[in-house]
Amino acid sequence: MTAKDYRVSDLAVARGGLVVLEGVGFTLRPGHALVLRGPNGVGKTTLLRTLAGLQPPVAGDIGLPPEAIAYAAHADGLKATLSVAENLAFWAAIYGTDRVETALDRMNLRELRDRSAASLSAGQKRRLGLARLLVSGRPVWMLDEPTVSLDAASVALFADVVRGHLAEGGAALMATHIDLGLTEAGVLDLTPFKARGQAAGTASDFDEAFA
Amino acid sequence: MIALLLRDLRLAVRAGGGFGLGLAFFLLVAVLVPLGVGPEGGTLAKIAPGILWVGALLACLLSLDRIFALDFEDGSLDLLATAPIPLEGAVAMKSAAHWLVTGLPLTLAAPVLGVLLHLPGEGYFWLVASLALGTPALSVIGTFGAALTVGLKRGGLLLSLLVLPLYVPTLIFGAEVVKRGAAGMAVEVPLLLLAGITLGAAAVLPFASALALRINLR
Repeated sequence: MTAKDYRVSDLAVARGGLVVLEGVGFTLRPGHALVLRGPNGVGKTTLLRTLAGLQPPVAGDIGLPPEAIAYAAHADGLKATLSVAENLAFWAAIYGTDRVETALDRMNLRELRDRSAASLSAGQKRRLGLARLLVSGRPVWMLDEPTVSLDAASVALFADVVRGHLAEGGAALMATHIDLGLTEAGVLDLTPFKARGQAAGTASDFDEAFA
Repeated sequence: MIALLLRDLRLAVRAGGGFGLGLAFFLLVAVLVPLGVGPEGGTLAKIAPGILWVGALLACLLSLDRIFALDFEDGSLDLLATAPIPLEGAVAMKSAAHWLVTGLPLTLAAPVLGVLLHLPGEGYFWLVASLALGTPALSVIGTFGAALTVGLKRGGLLLSLLVLPLYVPTLIFGAEVVKRGAAGMAVEVPLLLLAGITLGAAAVLPFASALALRINLR
């Protein structure tokens, strides 16, 4: 993992053709976590999706290569008919790593190893979804409400996993309302960057698109 | 990427995976047509190539919306798009998995169903050959349609409307191969055109599908 800072500057992102955030800038240092705050609908998910490369930014610089990012969305991307280990083994093959067993241990999924994902509880599914981050071996974790449906013990477990990741020189950017107890985490409130709702792109863009 | 192919195959054969849906439909068509048309061998033999190809095509169409819809719903399509494998490759693997789960079983089952439809003896080889050459095109074109309509609620109708016109050349040349083969005529021209469609679709459409997916995931 490189000890390089990831710098994002003057970023504007749009959701459904409407700019929701503009002028967003921050620096993410290896070994550090940054927590995104802001009311529902302010654009936390949109910002994370843009950074992960799922949608293009309206403006701004992203000094954060998509190849460095492991993105964990609201949905866990689990296949119900595959077992816990098979789900993880698939992602390990996709990311070209062999960290399935480590991930099972770290996320306390060892006993559930051969259960099918369909038979897991919501919290267990979430733990399996987050275990994918460990399997990916990527330095920057982007977490969208990672603690949804986790109980207090699991939240503490996950906080430990994130701490371990940071200690190894990784970084994490997370949108969450629950305090993970990461004392070293910075907080970025997105409310000041809220855009005043103009459409993304100008009329001339549309003319070009349909010329 | 092979991991993606293997995962899709594994999902297809496990409970609720939809393996056999197309095959069962194909079987029903081939069984019901003789009952509807009547048992007269001459008539059946004449329409057999067309019926078998139409049946195979509609059977393929049945399972198209599953190619991306399930991955979209459970979020794994987002995760695949951010994964290190190129999306074009992932799309190609999805097409391959779809063909292995629908096209290949249809091709293998077709000769058996040909018997039900009194297909003349010379036609069997060309029936298998034309399906083996033509059904990959159906899967690749269908994947493109599925990529265009992913994320639409109940986009099945739109998907069929988009894909059916693109299926027509495959159908025409595929059935023509069998028709000519059964009548003992030369089959080179429709066979080459069929192969051309398949190769062209396989070369171009994965890129178009990946582009459509990227836009739909925004």
